Amino acid sequence: METSLANERLLEMYQRMLLIRKFEEKVRDLFASGRIPGFVHLYIGEEAIAVGVAAALRESDYVTSTHRGHGHCIARGADVRRMMAELFGKRDGYCKGKGGSMHMFDVSLGILGANGIVAAGCPLAVGAGLTAHLRKTDQVVVGFFGDGATNHGTVHESLNLSAVWKLPIVWVCENNLYAEATPIWATVNISDIAQMGGSYNIPSTIVDGNDVFAVYDAAKVAVKRARAGEGPTLIECKTYRHRGHYEGDPVIYRTRDQEQEWFKKDPIPKFESRLITDGKVTEAKLGSIRLGVEKLIDDAVQFAENSPAPQTEEALDDVFVVPEEALL
Amino acid sequence: MSSRELTFAEAIREGIYQELKRDDRVFVMGEDVGFEDGAFRVTSGFLKEFGHERIRDTPISENGFVGAGVAAAILGMRPVVELMFADFTGVAMDQIYNQAGKLRYMSGGQVKVPLVIRMAMGGGLSAAAQHSQCLYSIFAHVPGLKIVVPSNSYDAKGLIISSIRADDPVMFFEHKALYDKKLGMVPDESYEIPLGKADVKRNGNDVTVVATAMMVHRALEAAEQLQKEGVSVEVIDPRTLVPLDRTAIFSSVKKTGRIVIVDEDYERCGFAAEVSALIAEHGFDLLDAPIIRVATRNVPIPFNPALEDAVIPNSERIKNAINEVMMA
Repeated sequence: METSLANERLLEMYQRMLLIRKFEEKVRDLFASGRIPGFVHLYIGEEAIAVGVAAALRESDYVTSTHRGHGHCIARGADVRRMMAELFGKRDGYCKGKGGSMHMFDVSLGILGANGIVAAGCPLAVGAGLTAHLRKTDQVVVGFFGDGATNHGTVHESLNLSAVWKLPIVWVCENNLYAEATPIWATVNISDIAQMGGSYNIPSTIVDGNDVFAVYDAAKVAVKRARAGEGPTLIECKTYRHRGHYEGDPVIYRTRDQEQEWFKKDPIPKFESRLITDGKVTEAKLGSIRLGVEKLIDDAVQFAENSPAPQTEEALDDVFVVPEEALL
Repeated sequence: MSSRELTFAEAIREGIYQELKRDDRVFVMGEDVGFEDGAFRVTSGFLKEFGHERIRDTPISENGFVGAGVAAAILGMRPVVELMFADFTGVAMDQIYNQAGKLRYMSGGQVKVPLVIRMAMGGGLSAAAQHSQCLYSIFAHVPGLKIVVPSNSYDAKGLIISSIRADDPVMFFEHKALYDKKLGMVPDESYEIPLGKADVKRNGNDVTVVATAMMVHRALEAAEQLQKEGVSVEVIDPRTLVPLDRTAIFSSVKKTGRIVIVDEDYERCGFAAEVSALIAEHGFDLLDAPIIRVATRNVPIPFNPALEDAVIPNSERIKNAINEVMMA
């Protein structure tokens, strides 16, 4: 398959995928050593989806995310220093230490939040699409959700609303085969989530979510439709998370054999070998990108460590626009 | 300033209408808001004048379209979402209390949420247990939502205008038994009533009655009757529960030394309990008698009109409570 992407774009995509992977690995280690509080849900193994989709978007577009949202943010160009500071609960974090992993948010990059409630980002995507529609802009919205969200009424309400109002939305289902611990065969009686699009007359497609080219190609078509005012598309990306649902998950619900099978389909080596085979890049160039990514991660951790902790009274700010009103 | 008598519904309608005319970011969304002029005719004639884009009939998907309103609000629109009955908040709860109420906070103040959710509440129509509740106490309990509960036409118009202009999410509760009542004079032009400002509905010296919505009218009836018996009752309508005008309540109690709180929401952990706790904590020395709450019994609202009347406070119960604090 020939890609229309220029070399420079491809390398940028590779850098983003690797940045997600290395960020998540660092978070895994910092969490294990007790330096990051709370819950974290890592995106390792699914990087091709966020990056393939983001490559089809413009800066002015919007995305809504999930509890597994770090990858979507980095793919959209979020600053990993501020993300790491947020995970440390520091004041320079994206949310001043009030959101953490599940609420990473950067409205300036069109990231309308990771979300701690499964499927809750979908109505928000509808609202962003509705806003673009009412303002007659040609902005597009990507609504990410997992296979686990698809049995939530909210997803169906949102798919239907987007179809009936013909909104500029690309629905991206990241099907990693498990709703937390429960396998997909125990949660739906269909083999492909994409089938759900048919109920709403939404064109739907299935792609290998570990192949960044396949994801990009599907996203490009869907984004073009959305931008042209032709309404929503549903893209189901088949993938697998390398880690458990959350860090600390003993993953007793998957077999080691199944994991090994999927690890062989890791999207990053797959992308690397494609780049090398196609003669797009040298091994030396990939090496220098890797070094650059390592440096960004080290900087992010240092930035997070050096960032001041919020003052305890800041806990009372940001409820209402006039903070004192929240206390009345 | 010319004014005329309007029903409660007409007053709310006029407020929304004037905002639709003034600000093109304002739009109305909900079940039957256009095709049927709204379930209680509050949006009558809007569809014809403003069209389907701004007067948006939705499928019966409360969680979906409330969420759409949340995202439209954070992106700068001014959605006025109608939920028909307060009882239906249950199916949209996540988007109300986890998204609308928390996105500003969780994002570290990156966004404002200028959303209005309007709904009909209250008993007296034999609408039974799922169409008669008030429920505002639930939303006052959760941080991040402003709670507006008007009792007459003048307040309703000024408060709906302020709510639409507010930069925070507002839950606007309209008592359904008041809709067709002519409840006072209303100026033609647009005006705001600040959120967080109580109004003294009747001046008195012997006892303070705090009441909202329909209960204001019942408290005034009781006060009228008691006047003949030589008891001077002051009736205070907080108008907004969040933010709450504590000063107005405390200065009245300072004068009277006695307080009865009348609340059509359920008694347990309700708004009356909150006011009662505030007085007990911060105004104990002002009291000459124990605080009495008159609230809806802790049972679902029954269908039979006589049973319904037995559980929702009426002027007889209010009168008895006032007599009781007067005797203490």
